[in-house]
Amino acid sequence: MSTTDDTPRPADGTAVRPAPDGGPVLRLESVRKTYGRGTVVLRDVDLAVPPHTVTALIGASGSGKSTLLRCANLLEEIDDGAIFLDGAEITDPRADVDAVRRRIGVVFQAYNLFPHMTVLDNITLAPRRVHGVPRAEAEARAHELLERLGLGGRAGEYPDRLSGGQQQRVAIVRALAGRPRLLLLDEITAALDPELVGEVLGVVRDLKEEGMTMVIATHEMGFAREVADQVCFLDGGVVVERGTPEEVFGEPRQDRTRQFLRRIIQAGRL
Amino acid sequence: MVKNSTGQDGPADGYVPSQRRIERERFKRTRTRRATAVAALSTLVTGAVLFLVITRSPGWPRTRETFFSAAYARKALPEVLDGLLLNLRLLVVCGAAVLVLGLLLAVARTLRGPVFFPLRALATAYTDFFRGLPLIICLLMVVFGVPALRLQGVTTDPVMLGGAALVLTYAAYVAEVFRAGIESVHPSQRAAARSLGLSSGQTLRFVVLPQAVRRVVPPLLNDLVSLQKDTGLVSIAGAVDAVYAAQIIAGKDFNFTPYVVAGLVFVALTIPMTRGTDWITARMDRKRAQGGLV
Repeated sequence: MSTTDDTPRPADGTAVRPAPDGGPVLRLESVRKTYGRGTVVLRDVDLAVPPHTVTALIGASGSGKSTLLRCANLLEEIDDGAIFLDGAEITDPRADVDAVRRRIGVVFQAYNLFPHMTVLDNITLAPRRVHGVPRAEAEARAHELLERLGLGGRAGEYPDRLSGGQQQRVAIVRALAGRPRLLLLDEITAALDPELVGEVLGVVRDLKEEGMTMVIATHEMGFAREVADQVCFLDGGVVVERGTPEEVFGEPRQDRTRQFLRRIIQAGRL
Repeated sequence: MVKNSTGQDGPADGYVPSQRRIERERFKRTRTRRATAVAALSTLVTGAVLFLVITRSPGWPRTRETFFSAAYARKALPEVLDGLLLNLRLLVVCGAAVLVLGLLLAVARTLRGPVFFPLRALATAYTDFFRGLPLIICLLMVVFGVPALRLQGVTTDPVMLGGAALVLTYAAYVAEVFRAGIESVHPSQRAAARSLGLSSGQTLRFVVLPQAVRRVVPPLLNDLVSLQKDTGLVSIAGAVDAVYAAQIIAGKDFNFTPYVVAGLVFVALTIPMTRGTDWITARMDRKRAQGGLV
């Protein structure tokens, strides 16, 4: 792989849109989710994500971070409670699921790029087929985004020919191409080699600069501390503690948070 | 465990469904009921229209007499069922042989390495030839050609020879289905198995084939159903199967009801087979899949 164009650069400024009423972009109210017979994955979860802020979800594996993101994108049906996007309830059975998802971008841990399409086709699929953007326009925007994320020469490649970090940046471009209101990032560096983590986190940092509203499930505590406006610690499907990074990482109030952070520090991840 | 409003077992964490959930579920139930009603009504209307169009057509009385005569159906059913036994025997024996031979051919075609070139070439030539050869011609060649050789100890029984011809052709189809399945298993699976020290044979047996077979169950079933119907072709050599039995009765007085009976009997055989495989594959999927709506 070429090293000349691999430096992440600022992403797209047009991703930012003003909040209609200044209320939270995403709001969860007493959300409950169970799997199968009686495994409670989320219990009475409340969360508000104000516009142009970054919320980091931290917690051990299985604490419900990913499920929370999947519920917010309606990939999972919640059992109880409600989720609001820009003040409108999206968990109402009358809501148009596709219309909701059009306004939310998701980046997955395993990239989930379509292996049978080139990078360019991966990115322009939704703009062209869902948003009805003409091909030329969609491709121009894709090229522009790729350029900004340091993937200029990669448009014609197939995903399997790219490194993990490059694939994940393509996935971010794909999520951004639909000009989402909200970006959900689900452990997007968990499958990456340590030396590739930086390039992906750099992109997220740039998106924050541009005012993108994001919810990030992550194991990168240092990154969460640096980039997040709000940190939520989940344990056993419950939000145990929430606050600014200084509060949660600096002076955690709950025992369980302290234990979790101690284990993280022992593992050398903070 | 406590029972919550949805009737499922809920965890005993003192959870009480909110008013919101109760209303949401009420709405969903109403919506389901409405959708069911619409579907039922449109089915009824379509059925009624079809029924009226057919029964009001000018030729209906004669058609009914020729194709749906109860008297002929009663007469034909025992004979057709007798013949069906032959179809079933052929299906079971040929089906098993086809699956084994098809799998062997598929494995032979996927073997790597120059040593296996002759085997690979042979298997490829076999599938190329027998997939291209029309079944009816294959049957005629085997059923009439083999006895003509007057070989010692080789059967001249048309059922045996017909069955052999079916196996020859269908094994070629099924081999390609299996091969598609084998090739659809991601190379990383092979790499993982080999890195554990499994030999290439063990890799195939324990890792690749179980995944491959699971994926090709629906197309395999397709071929088996097709085989079930083609077992009727052995009647060209004089064996009396369900279709031929119907033909004998129909030929006597030009009443086609026996054909309809035979057709329905075949359909009745296929449906449980299809539903059975659907059920098995659905159960396998449920065990492995994660939840989610998409």
